[in-house]
Amino acid sequence: MLAHYLRLGMRSLRRNPILTMLMVLTIGIGVASSMTTYAVFRAVSANPLPEKSSQLFAPQIDIWGPQSRAQGADMPDALTYTDAMALLRDKKARRQTAIYPVNLTLVPQSERTEPFAVNGYAAYADFFSMFKVPFLYGGAWDMSQDDMHSSVVVISSQLNQQLFQGADSVGRTIRLDDHDYEIVGVVDDWNPRPRFYDVNNSNGFTDPPDIFLPFTRAIDLQMNTNGNTNCYGSAGRKPGFDGFIHSDCAWVSYWAELPDTKSEAAYRDYLTNYAADQNRAGRFHWQPYITLRNLAEWLDFEKVVPPETRISLWLSLGFLLVCLINTIGLMLAKFMRRAGEIGVRRALGASRKEIWAQFLAEAAMVGVGGGVVGVAFTGLGALGVGLVFEPDIARLARVNVSLIGLTLVCALLSTLAAAFYPTWRASRVQPAWQLKSN
Amino acid sequence: MQIRPILATLRYHKAGTVLIAMQIALTLAIVCNAMFIIHQRLVRMDKPSGVEESNLVVVQNEWAGKPAAGQIAALMAADLDTLRKMPGVANVYATNTYPLSSSGIVNGIGHSPDKRNYVSQTAIYFSDENTLATLGLKLVEGRNFTANEISDLGDNDRIAPAVIIITRELAHRLYPDGSALGKTAYISDKPSIIIGIVDRLQIPWVDSSMAQFADCSTLLPFRQLLNTTHYVVNARPERLADVTARVRVTLYAAHRLRVIRPKDGVQTFAQVRATAYKSDRGMAILMGVISAVLLATTAAGIVGLASFWVGQRRKQIGVRRALGATRQDILGYFLTENLLIGMAGVVLGGLLAVGLNLWLMKQFEMERIAPGYVMTGVAMLLVLGQCAVFVPAWRASHVPPVEATRSV
Repeated sequence: MLAHYLRLGMRSLRRNPILTMLMVLTIGIGVASSMTTYAVFRAVSANPLPEKSSQLFAPQIDIWGPQSRAQGADMPDALTYTDAMALLRDKKARRQTAIYPVNLTLVPQSERTEPFAVNGYAAYADFFSMFKVPFLYGGAWDMSQDDMHSSVVVISSQLNQQLFQGADSVGRTIRLDDHDYEIVGVVDDWNPRPRFYDVNNSNGFTDPPDIFLPFTRAIDLQMNTNGNTNCYGSAGRKPGFDGFIHSDCAWVSYWAELPDTKSEAAYRDYLTNYAADQNRAGRFHWQPYITLRNLAEWLDFEKVVPPETRISLWLSLGFLLVCLINTIGLMLAKFMRRAGEIGVRRALGASRKEIWAQFLAEAAMVGVGGGVVGVAFTGLGALGVGLVFEPDIARLARVNVSLIGLTLVCALLSTLAAAFYPTWRASRVQPAWQLKSN
Repeated sequence: MQIRPILATLRYHKAGTVLIAMQIALTLAIVCNAMFIIHQRLVRMDKPSGVEESNLVVVQNEWAGKPAAGQIAALMAADLDTLRKMPGVANVYATNTYPLSSSGIVNGIGHSPDKRNYVSQTAIYFSDENTLATLGLKLVEGRNFTANEISDLGDNDRIAPAVIIITRELAHRLYPDGSALGKTAYISDKPSIIIGIVDRLQIPWVDSSMAQFADCSTLLPFRQLLNTTHYVVNARPERLADVTARVRVTLYAAHRLRVIRPKDGVQTFAQVRATAYKSDRGMAILMGVISAVLLATTAAGIVGLASFWVGQRRKQIGVRRALGATRQDILGYFLTENLLIGMAGVVLGGLLAVGLNLWLMKQFEMERIAPGYVMTGVAMLLVLGQCAVFVPAWRASHVPPVEATRSV
């Protein structure tokens, strides 16, 4: 029976090709615009570490007091060096790390190759186990090397390719800026997007970092942060790097791993007590205030999904809605034009349900057509997103099997939803009226 | 034209009427807000930076191997000399940042050494005596820095300038009642004398969160000796392409131990501007495309449904024609019918547009839509609707009276 309905549908669709094409195009364009913007949205709103995102936390401490907020300064989304060091010393979480972005230069041995810049992070040994960093060769440095301020480095597979043609380079030395570092590990392809541990400094979608080195070593060498520094009324600070790190400027990112809600609550208490201690020591003069957000909450708080991406998604969904209303109208017109035919079929014994099924089959064919057109337009859209979104973000919007599947399903379901009313109307045609008027 | 019979007929195809009205309403709501967003973005992109953009090339230089501050001063002086000698280069200076670069330093500036107590925030540009000429800034009051006022500033040194040059907007904020020239302002805990006022100089950021002080910039007489420096080069317009192409090679030839990134180390100001406003332009394009396709879809929908109605009523039209209605009467009937539906749609759509705007304001910190956009949208959709219905209506008016006597 279905095959028969499909045949009937095909014939009917071919009878007014322009109207059919209009419906298919409307559905296709509507679905494609939603799917293209959804592909971008999906890429930027993805959870970069789903299995651990509820265990990783970023703290904030109110170091500037309520007055700063009254003046429009937000609570800093990083810690001061002083606070980060205090938290690290206390080691109240299962794992913890302070992080800051660094930018160094690498001078190749050969005179013929130009020096190049390497970007990366100064961090603690826990960084790698907390964030499940995969290694191609070697591994992370260990905690004792943090304490010894060792000159070691973990490099990316890309840098390893560039310098050592992909060979196991563990134990070899590279010269960054004016110091030598021993390679202890080569990271396998690892670039979580968004880069949750650095969204306070970057948009979260940049190229993977080239190197990681011990935080303690970076501070020894007076490496400046390559990220943001937020200060509030710190004109009185002492000059030099030492004056900078001991100022009330916030620039150190901090992450703590807290495996369960109990440890989370304990850590919250610990932070509050820490702030209260600072009060007693005369550093703060206000009610202790801290926040502790897990990874997902942190990404939300840092507004990692750009407002442009959200607005475009909403507007293209609105667009899809208009396309669907349009389709309802066109289908209604198309089906009701055949009231006479329906009347004859009903008079010859077809039930309402059969009429309904027949027209639904026809609508489903429109939906499939719309889906195919939609996939084609989504492909075009994915090529065009570079015009609309930041290049870092645009290249994340890829057409893959799941997106194609989603496009087809979305086209079919929305067409069937649109067909609901027209098919119902078609099935309610009174046979007697139609026969009489003819 | 009698409206009552039209309304009576509409009662017989409620579904189609409601669908078209709804489609018009939603289209109106989306299109006016899209137009409003486009306009806002274009206004933002149109903001003058105050610099002579067509002549400028910027070079981001990093010294390789971390030379000491003393060495950097010599290297930098040599670079400026090399650049100045390049054919086609009119002027050059070294700085921490430049307008639209998206990075830099923000400080508070005010009348008190307590920095928590400032009048305005301001972007900080490290400058020398060539900055005004290189950027093509218009000095409206006072004087430029002299060469001996420029001092070296090492990493993490205290920033406490004796003299500063500020923008007119900042001068007005600091001294609303008179000229700021010669007066003092605190950008550090020491007072600085305002020696010059430039007409306009935009800050490095174009984000809406910083729009509040977008024109409040301060020039400080410092040569900052950091590992990373930006050279701003003013080239004669006809030599701009040539200078852009050669500058990297020229600098490497003079000194090898440096990094000028191949991808974006050298940029014309046109590229800087394009990068800074990329998301604004993208948003405007997206909104434009969505609006255009949406309007086309709605027009197609009106044509489709109107054609169906005409087809359905051929017999009635024939009867009316036989009873003496002219072609104009029939044409007028369909145009009026569509206009009535359209008007219902735009009334609903106007409300929806305002509602959508309120929601966008809440979610995305957008501004309140100006009534002009809704009005324009209403006019646009009504005209579009009338144009769309014209062909089916014209076809209807050509239904011959003899149609009345035929049965299908």
